[in-house]
Amino acid sequence: MIAATDDLQSTRFSLGQTAAIYLAETRCELLKVLRMPSYSIPTLAFPAMFYLLFGVVMGKATVGAGSDLATYLLATYGAFGVIGAALFNFGVSVAIERGQGWMLLKKASPMPVGAYFAAKMIVSLIFSLIVILLLQTLGLTLGGVTEGLSVLASMTVILVLGAIPFCAMGLLIGYAAGPNSAPAIVNIIYLPMAFASGLWIPINALPDLMGRIARFLPAYHLGQLGLKPLGADIGDPVWQHVVYLTLFTVVCLTGAVLAYRLDEDKTYG
Amino acid sequence: MRLITQPAAAPVELTGVSKRYEKVTALDSLDLTIEAGKVTSVLGPNGAGKTTAIKLMLGILRPDAGSVQLFGLPPTSRSARTRTGAMMQISALPATLTVIELIDLFRTYYAQPLERSELVEIAGLQDLERRLYGKLSGGQKQRLAFALSICGNPDLLFMDEPTVGLDVETRRSFWQSIRSLAQRGKSIVLTTHYLEEADALSDRIVVLHHGAIRADGTPHQIKSEASSRRIRCVTLVRPDEVLALEGVRSARFDRAVLEILCSDAESVVRTLLDRDPGLRDLEIGGAGIEDAFMSLTSDDTVNQNNSTRQQEVA
Repeated sequence: MIAATDDLQSTRFSLGQTAAIYLAETRCELLKVLRMPSYSIPTLAFPAMFYLLFGVVMGKATVGAGSDLATYLLATYGAFGVIGAALFNFGVSVAIERGQGWMLLKKASPMPVGAYFAAKMIVSLIFSLIVILLLQTLGLTLGGVTEGLSVLASMTVILVLGAIPFCAMGLLIGYAAGPNSAPAIVNIIYLPMAFASGLWIPINALPDLMGRIARFLPAYHLGQLGLKPLGADIGDPVWQHVVYLTLFTVVCLTGAVLAYRLDEDKTYG
Repeated sequence: MRLITQPAAAPVELTGVSKRYEKVTALDSLDLTIEAGKVTSVLGPNGAGKTTAIKLMLGILRPDAGSVQLFGLPPTSRSARTRTGAMMQISALPATLTVIELIDLFRTYYAQPLERSELVEIAGLQDLERRLYGKLSGGQKQRLAFALSICGNPDLLFMDEPTVGLDVETRRSFWQSIRSLAQRGKSIVLTTHYLEEADALSDRIVVLHHGAIRADGTPHQIKSEASSRRIRCVTLVRPDEVLALEGVRSARFDRAVLEILCSDAESVVRTLLDRDPGLRDLEIGGAGIEDAFMSLTSDDTVNQNNSTRQQEVA
């Protein structure tokens, strides 16, 4: 019995070792993604391209309360970019690695399973931050955005944290969908949801019915939160958005855990 | 005064383990104990339940019934996982990470990993350290999978079809690596569907068929059980009579010729000649070891059905 207890203690990870594992996982995940241009380029370039086209080039007209379009779209395309990074990094990559047995090998190792998911989330947040800084640079240099640093900084913090609910959504898709269907499912959800949530065209420029539907979509709530520092949102209280996104996160995580359990009984990893 | 010590728990202990996938029973109430310091081969045709058994032992799958223990611990416990290494059949690793990045990642999972240079050397990955996984050949990928499986210097190593799809030379060098691990006192469980491989490597062979143990013993015992002679002759003796004789594994008509697989050809021929003096065209030959192994894992019922049907035709 004594031997057994000793054994347990010797194999329990120290805090330092746990941190080392999380760090190594994150580093590898980041390197892996950066070396895959097919992932990193669309994630960064699409929001920037859309923003340049619709925000900077066509950004003469004024919408919202005192914000011109280039400033307004900084928040909504920022949200668009953040959601893309989360869905593709989580949804698609979890599904693919599950099919390849990489996850299986990790599961059989002593790696704490949280390190795998934490690494993917941190990388999503890093990509979110890069997307937003990229858009803000474009806005400040080419788009004539005049907002102060504190406004832009709070928008950045809000949007980067806003990636978390969509990481949960990506996790759910990654575990509910097979390795081959996950990319298609993410695309089918991502683009229409972004449009219907007013991330491409301001929500008050859309028909009234769509505005009402938008309230059920998580992307709408993130977009509205991103617009708050500009004072350009529709005016719903902050807590409504936060409560919605929190509930959405909980539902997605619960679904993901159920799908994960079901998955354990299937033949592939 | 002597301390009372408990006998060390076996590396692997399966008790009454069953696993079903929807309609297919992969394992049926399996009892299996793997002894320490030995190479055990789990041998069987595709679909025999080998990979399922490995996944249950690794705690990746949960059994529907029965219990799985590694070193007396649940296979999912960190203690068990730290002492265990695994080389799985299809594990494509991220294509955009290098050999050394993957090795270093796995080394962080263990408190006392093997040295990086030692792993590279054991697995024969010299000069490949900076190469991306996606650019490795099949054999090199397999060698990297082997390096990852021994990162933690495990006491127990699972290898699921470690040499499938490898060329002869790479396969031999794998055998060498497995032997040298065994010499260092590691317990190794490997699955294979090559009798030759199991024979070359193992102290013990467990033949799995339809999720149950069909034979279990040293390679010598398994080979003698599986080794067969083939008798062919034209005779009036019916296949079901022949099947009733001792040591007869199968008996069926091949056109007009009765074909018998058995262990003791002489005694069977003697009986046949006693019962049918008109017996003719007698041939006795050895059946290949792989053929014989196939007879061990083939369905007797199918052979019997065949022979009855053939007999009706005859």
